[in-house]
Amino acid sequence: MRALTWHGRHDVRVDTVPDPEIVNPRDAILKITSTAICGSDLHLYDGYIPTMRAGDVLGHEFMGEVVETGARSTLQKGQRVVVPFTISCGNCFFCNKQQYSACDNSNPAETADMSELLMGHPMGAAFGYAHLTGGYAGGQAEYVRVPYSDVGPIVIPDGLPDDQVLFLSDILPTGWMAAENAGIEPGDTVAVWGCGPVGLFAIQSALIMGAARVIAIDEYPRRLQLAKELGAEIIDYREVNLLEALTEMTGGIGPDAVIDCVGMESHGLTVDNVVDTVKAHTFLGTERPHALRQMIIACRKGGRVSIPGVYGGFADKFPLGQLMEKGLTIKSGQTHVQKYTKPLLDLIQQGKIDTTFLISHHAGLELAPEMYRHWHDEQNTYTKIVLKPGMVGCEQIAGGRGEQQEPREQRDLQPRAPELVG
Amino acid sequence: MAEAQPNQPERIKERDSSIDRATAQKALLAGGIAAAAAGAAFLLARKSNATAPDGPVISDAPAWTLKKATKQADRPIAAKTLLIGRPRAELYAVWKDYRRFPDFMENVEGIEPADEGASRWTIKAPAGKTVTLVTRIREDIPDRKISWESLPESDIETSGQVEFEDAPGGRGTFVSLVMSYAPPAGRAGQLVAKLFAREPNIQARHDLRRFKQLMETGEVTTNASPSARPSESPAQPRV
Ligand SMILES: NC(=O)c1ccc[n+]([C@@H]2O[C@H](COP(=O)([O-])OP(=O)(O)OC[C@H]3O[C@@H](n4cnc5c(N)ncnc54)[C@H](O)[C@@H]3O)[C@@H](O)[C@H]2O)c1
Ligand SMILES: [Zn+2]
Ligand SMILES: [Zn+2]
Repeated sequence: MRALTWHGRHDVRVDTVPDPEIVNPRDAILKITSTAICGSDLHLYDGYIPTMRAGDVLGHEFMGEVVETGARSTLQKGQRVVVPFTISCGNCFFCNKQQYSACDNSNPAETADMSELLMGHPMGAAFGYAHLTGGYAGGQAEYVRVPYSDVGPIVIPDGLPDDQVLFLSDILPTGWMAAENAGIEPGDTVAVWGCGPVGLFAIQSALIMGAARVIAIDEYPRRLQLAKELGAEIIDYREVNLLEALTEMTGGIGPDAVIDCVGMESHGLTVDNVVDTVKAHTFLGTERPHALRQMIIACRKGGRVSIPGVYGGFADKFPLGQLMEKGLTIKSGQTHVQKYTKPLLDLIQQGKIDTTFLISHHAGLELAPEMYRHWHDEQNTYTKIVLKPGMVGCEQIAGGRGEQQEPREQRDLQPRAPELVG
Repeated sequence: MAEAQPNQPERIKERDSSIDRATAQKALLAGGIAAAAAGAAFLLARKSNATAPDGPVISDAPAWTLKKATKQADRPIAAKTLLIGRPRAELYAVWKDYRRFPDFMENVEGIEPADEGASRWTIKAPAGKTVTLVTRIREDIPDRKISWESLPESDIETSGQVEFEDAPGGRGTFVSLVMSYAPPAGRAGQLVAKLFAREPNIQARHDLRRFKQLMETGEVTTNASPSARPSESPAQPRV
């Protein structure tokens, strides 16, 4: 089959590789119909995540048709399913607590050992990511092997097009959990750093959960426009003094909750960030937590810090005293995707959540390397890329469905979404 | 058991003199995380520099977590506890049935019954060799504990035990695997031991983890899947 493979920093290729096979009884094989490129893939592309190996198949946001099942799979051939990017057994201590991304069994013994050395405990596994998290082939390919297919994949009812459900695999639940981790209370002002796909879905979720106001921060006009169309106020951090602006916009209080949808590759030409960049490239440190530092300074006393943005190891100059003295609460983590797929699918079917507004491009799998380049270099224009193995060429989509949103006053009166307990 | 250490190399069967691929790949991978693990190693190093207090031991932790080791030779080569979310009796029953060991012990090629209730093991050793181990059960407390030791005709001298204890809070069972092994005699034996000093330890930890996977999920986890590396098959685990 054809698959997008990683060969090094800024070097991804479409190669011919063997087809996946059923190995364990709970496995299924999917024929991929849609697969997206994620901000997390950029961290791999930029070479910031250790334990990648040349030849790894990437892709953790995918859906497709079941074409083969193991003896203990509950799926049936022909079903359309979306697959959570987190690989979770459904049986262990963590899965039973619905902390699926912490699954204790999905990371094979050898790679679990490595991550235990680095993190203190073995990490759960994910598709198409580093070997620390299992080294499983991903879904930017024609076919993929899905372990534990009896608990992970969610079957999609007929009539829902791929674009409406594909993001159940990662960024939609990630934005939702990010907002949930912000512990939003009625009347809250929530500030969201980063208006990539994760930030945009965090904004949408925060408003559904009853935030009175969301302030979205980025530097790309197109991404900020999408945030505005969702109902957020926006700040271009190149234009204004960000910390001062946030204090002024909240009458000296500061945002009640701050959400980091940037992660380890924060932009910004400040001294701390330049030093971090040099260190990250020399593996002396792995993070550039410039945005996270700002968030902790900006957050109100007694406020909440939610971190869906990905970090990989040790950070320097972390404002620990500020965190303590201000009495902040931090919540973070890889998303427990399996916990959210069903309730979020319901909200999609009820028309309460739109997932298509941010898709800027569809492209064939063969164009994937070019799309990675665009996704990396032209973040203003490329707001979300969906690859379709069957498609030839590339199609730009007129995005921005913001005009369908209700006026702000009305939305603020909406009841809070029902608690999502899977 | 699976963490066999060749201490009598003259009895080890040569199968392949080239370093096997798996070992080479493990080395590569280890290099890859070395940089990122440097920070963690730093923390660990700091920890072990601290001095242990003199006097009687007051901690309620297992003996193998003591900083002040008794003689190195007395220390278990591997000791690890994992929570397994299954009842004690069920776990004991599977561990009692040695025919199931190859299901979760990667390096065990086969086990046959030997004289007087003993079992004869064929174990894969590093660099494509095999070792033979003959063990007898030393202690067997149903649903709680099994211990064993090697008999003189074995290639290696080893002993071990597995204990099953109810985890607090109804969470399942704590399974503790403790293995010891005597350093091999002879210069050649010591060389081999030095080369693979960590191997038995790692192997035991992996086997316990696979046992947990098998008991909780019904299968042993594998990342077998396609890659663009020609040496790999999509049906084989990737190191
Ligand atoms: N927790 C999870 O399970 C999970 C899942 C998916 C993605 N993620 C992570 O979430 C993060 C965002 O993902 P994405 O797909 O939206 O990525 P993205 O790269 O498309 O978006 C990041 C955005 O942050 C903006 N940004 C950079 N520096 C900034 C700064 N200093 N202040 C404000 N904005 C800044 C960028 O301009 C960009 O628009 C990544 O780190 C990704 O790895 C986490
Ligand atoms: Zn993603
Ligand atoms: Zn699990």
